[in-house]
Amino acid sequence: MSDTPIPVHIDDRVVMATPGITVLAAAHAAGIAIPTICYHDHLTANAVCRICVVEWMGSRTLVPACVAKVQPNARIYTNSERVRTARRVILEMLASAVDLSEAPELQVLLTEYGADPHRFGPDVVRREHGAVKVDNPFYVRDYDKCILCWRCVQVCAEDVQFTFALGFNGRGFDTSIATFFDRPMPETTCVFCGNCVGVCPTGALKGKREYMAAQTGSPPTR
Amino acid sequence: MSYQPVLTARLGKIDPASLSDYEAAGGFQALARAMELGPKAVVELLREAYLLGRGGAAFPAGIKWKAVSEAPAPKYVIANADESEPGTFKDRILMEGDPFALVEAVIIAAFAVGAEQGYIYIRGEYPLAIARVQHAVNACYNAGYLGHDILGTGFHFDLEVRKGAGAYICGEETALFESIEGKRGFPRLKPPFPTEYGLFGRPTVINNVETLLCVLPLVLRGLEWFRNIGPEKSPGPKLYCLSGRVQRPGLVEAPMGTTLRTLIYDYGGGVTGSGELGGVLLGGAAGVFVGPEHLDVPLDFAGLRSIDAVLGSGVVMVFDTSVDMKAVLRRIARFFRHESCGKCYPCQLGTQRQYEIVERLATDRLRPGDLLALREIGQTMRDASICGLGQTASGAVLSALDRLGYDEVSNRFARFNENEGVLSPASGLSSPLELYSHVGHPHPSSH
Repeated sequence: MSDTPIPVHIDDRVVMATPGITVLAAAHAAGIAIPTICYHDHLTANAVCRICVVEWMGSRTLVPACVAKVQPNARIYTNSERVRTARRVILEMLASAVDLSEAPELQVLLTEYGADPHRFGPDVVRREHGAVKVDNPFYVRDYDKCILCWRCVQVCAEDVQFTFALGFNGRGFDTSIATFFDRPMPETTCVFCGNCVGVCPTGALKGKREYMAAQTGSPPTR
Repeated sequence: MSYQPVLTARLGKIDPASLSDYEAAGGFQALARAMELGPKAVVELLREAYLLGRGGAAFPAGIKWKAVSEAPAPKYVIANADESEPGTFKDRILMEGDPFALVEAVIIAAFAVGAEQGYIYIRGEYPLAIARVQHAVNACYNAGYLGHDILGTGFHFDLEVRKGAGAYICGEETALFESIEGKRGFPRLKPPFPTEYGLFGRPTVINNVETLLCVLPLVLRGLEWFRNIGPEKSPGPKLYCLSGRVQRPGLVEAPMGTTLRTLIYDYGGGVTGSGELGGVLLGGAAGVFVGPEHLDVPLDFAGLRSIDAVLGSGVVMVFDTSVDMKAVLRRIARFFRHESCGKCYPCQLGTQRQYEIVERLATDRLRPGDLLALREIGQTMRDASICGLGQTASGAVLSALDRLGYDEVSNRFARFNENEGVLSPASGLSSPLELYSHVGHPHPSSH
């Protein structure tokens, strides 16, 4: 593949992009912001959150900018009515299901897109998992705050650590990140590297000292 | 009605466990013919026949075969027999009644594209189909149709039967690959497509059972015969899964492009219940509803696209006007809530929220803003989901609201009386045994 830049039409601007880069990268290089949730610069993009979808003329569906590669003369709209509706509804549904109180970036997005998480009513089913899991000396897991972005699963697997301690339980709305057969962390292959805590965007995973400090007002004694 | 069934011709007439029965009824003549023609000619034949995939997506099978035939080995062929679309039962009947035909068709596919390993992935809830296809595979190994040096041609091909474990999503081709690889059945991002990056990351041909079975008569009878059946743009025989409120539900083999009227009144013997047609669900839960005004639209891919409907896997589920349509929609919404795999946000969250609103609709507890939310959720799932499951999860619900006389103010489907419950087995969804009894045989019109 040649490295000669190709012209891509993004929001009616001609952007010259290196072949093989993503729409997200091309847009950002041109100063056009596309929101992301699950995307992380150092991890494999899985395009699960779909908040980065853009309208690619000629495509039946919207296209996730984090994985779609630029093509010559593609006409792409990153902020059309159709795109904004999809983003707003995804945010509304997410915020109505999950505790986003420790996810400031998502709070900003909710405001920016005018999302109303309360539109589904007061009796809406939330994704609740019961008590915070405190089963090891290093970190806690508060899955009521988990948005299923997959980052922790990926750093635990092929993207970083190759320990494969984290996977999935359940299906659909009831999907959750879990250890094998929900075993406590010390009984898994976890090596307590902390990478999962580092990439968690919502406070679902956090250091135990930080958690205890918030609970008791002071850090735990060693 | 001069059409002579070919896909269902052997059903009920041969012992599905007998290879010699199958051979005596013309079995393995297509393989012999394919081997005379050679791989290139078979792929060309498929391309020129314009055989469109019968599993639901209607992708030209010849394009898949050609791409994989030109790709480097190792490569795979897979029969997608994870038939899970509600209302679909064609592949089950074919596998239970004529399992050798599927094995022969997979061997031809492997021969044409140069694959040395194949899989038949069968829905776990089909124990009889699994047993019969497995038996057929074993018998073919013993007879030299599978394994080393098939029929003395030097062609080598191994074929394995794999069972699904109950997830609807595993019928999606890339989730099916993950399942065979021993992983959780999450759909992959496309591109790359299976012809380039399929099972174990290798070029893969994956076709629905019915699509593969179409290859047998195509090879034996030739291009002209095939293209003279049905419409020019999507020719060939088609299996329609006729169910619901009709006198004679069952499997119908007819030319592609047969009209709803012919299916319901000539093959099905007319509408039962109130006797008045209320609506038809085409393509299953992932399909769309059409009303009685569409009785004369040809049921082929292009014809249905023109009225914003789909043929899907060939489901024709008939509802009379005494059906509680709101309860039907609740059942469909519950199905998608249950079967969403949970990978992408629009479907993972949207199938739950859709179910909650449809539940309120069905129990007359709708709140202001609910219907707008339902539409926006539907649009978001259709536009932004990763795979076909999420993209189609709102189609039935929204098409029912748009086409079946739904009135927002009264929250009623004007055409439906709501004086009965949802379809029960006794009211038309037949047992498989009953389905066998009139496979492929049109009945005199009763209208």
